[in-house]
Order: sequence, then C-alpha cells, then structure tokens
Amino acid sequence: MKARVHVTLKNGVLDPQGKAVHHALQGLGFAGVNDVRQGKFIELELDGSDVEKARAEVKEMCEKLLANTVIEDYSIELA
Amino acid sequence: MKSAVILFPGINRENDAIAALEQATGTKPTVVWHGETELPKTDIIMVPGGFSYGDYLRCGAMAAKSPIMRAVAERAKAGVTILGVCNGFQILTEAGLLPGALMRNASLKFICKNTRLKIENTNTRFTNQYKTGEVVDYPVAHHDGNFFADRETLDRLEGEGRVVLRYCDANGVVDPATNLNGSQRNIAGIINEAGNVLGMMPHPENAIDPLHGGTDGRNLFKSLVEAAS
Repeated sequence: MKARVHVTLKNGVLDPQGKAVHHALQGLGFAGVNDVRQGKFIELELDGSDVEKARAEVKEMCEKLLANTVIEDYSIELA
Repeated sequence: MKSAVILFPGINRENDAIAALEQATGTKPTVVWHGETELPKTDIIMVPGGFSYGDYLRCGAMAAKSPIMRAVAERAKAGVTILGVCNGFQILTEAGLLPGALMRNASLKFICKNTRLKIENTNTRFTNQYKTGEVVDYPVAHHDGNFFADRETLDRLEGEGRVVLRYCDANGVVDPATNLNGSQRNIAGIINEAGNVLGMMPHPENAIDPLHGGTDGRNLFKSLVEAAS
C-alpha cells in the first residue's frame, strides 16, 4: 500500500520561499498567480492492506516526525 | 563543575562549545554521541550548532528523535541547565523542550556575520553576569533562524520574561529594521517555563577570545558557572 503525505504551512505562517517562487513566476511573465505556498510531498511504501490501521500509523508518523505541527498541517492519502 | 556536549552526525561547532565550557568551568566537557542512551551526571548540557543529519526534512527534526534526546529531556525535567545554540536551538524546539519553531530566514539567505543583541532578562542562569538592556555582539551563522510561534505563545513568553535575547542595533534599538532574520518580535533566544533550558540562534561560544574579535560571549558561560555554584 502507498501513503501520500502532503505537508503544508499553516494559514498565517509566512512562507518566504513561496513568496520568492511567486516573484520568480511573475518575472517569467505568469501574471495571473495570486499567491504561492510551498510544501512537501512524502510518499511511503507500507506493509499490509488494512487501510484504517495504515492511516492511524501514518498519522502517528506525521505527528512524531514528518510534520512540525507548530507551523505545519498535513494530509494523508492512501492507495 | 561538570558539563556535557551532545554530538550528532553533521554537527560542526562542538569544538567551540567544548572550548567555551572548558574556559568557564575549568574542566573539559564529556562528549556524548547521539546513539547513546545515557548521560553522565553533569550540571550543564550543551547542544551545539551545525547541520545535524544534513538539515534533512526540517532543521533539527531527526536529531530531536535520536536516542540521547530522551535522556536530555529527562535531565531537562530534572532541572539540569541545558543550552542549545543554533542547530541546538532548532533541535530543542523540535524535541518539544522549547516552544515555537525556527523557519527559513525571511531574506532566504544564509546569514554569517556579527550581530548585536539586547539582553532582555538578566534574572536567568544564562545571563546573570550581564546588565539588563546590555547590548552584546555575537556572531550568527544560520539559514533557518526565523523564530515563529503563535501570538498566544509569544504573549506568554513576553509576559513571563522568557524572551532573553533580541536582535537590535548598536544602540539597542529593537525594530523591524534591526530584525536580522524575520523572527517574530526580533526574538533571538528564549527559555523554558522552568528557566533551565535556553535556546538561541547566535553563537556566544564564538565570542570568548580576543582572536574571535570579541569576548561578549564569556559572560554567558560565566553565568552558568555562577548559577550552579
């Protein structure tokens, strides 16, 4: 089973890297971009086929290591 | 007086930490490898700067979960003096021993230079040898020193006198223009609720010898000795 984790900065947390990317896009002529937020995508290859068990385990991984919940939110997709 | 320096792979300031602690305490600190599970009995533990685990995932995230950090957390709870500098500060926040997080500098640049800092609270075991409002000069060298915490946490830190150091200019002016890296409220260093754990981005251990260009950092280490004796 595969787990896909998206880690994104919480609302209200400034994202200087996203801002720099936004500026660069504008410099390339992409005028229609209102905002850029940069995050992380983490793909995990998991044992077993119990989706709920996997979800609980990946949630624990996010809380303990993959995300810093002071500044980041995360979402989990299983497939 | 005994001290220990925690060493993680990728740390590169441990020898500066050792020199500063030895100068202040008169005894060479014990170096403890991250894979150890036990700490020697010491009065002071220092988590030095560098790039533990190559700053992978987030600065300090991996180091914060290494075996020795469980022992460090126990000592923190027991009231042992713990000083985290630069990557050490990042590691202590990731380990939950200090609130907030260190994010990428607002300029996105690695900043390596000397900076002025205002000592906001001298009633701590880290700063008792300084005068309140004193402006000191320490080097900084970091890419991720932009301190972030939510407003509630920031207000609590301020209200409890836990903001120990702020970025400022030579006259002690603290404002957006003298904010080195975008940190909330110019915060450069904070202590925990019990007052025994300090995390700071600047490097006092690199301001202890005239050959460093200044000795403003000496009083920080002297404070630790004073507090413990």
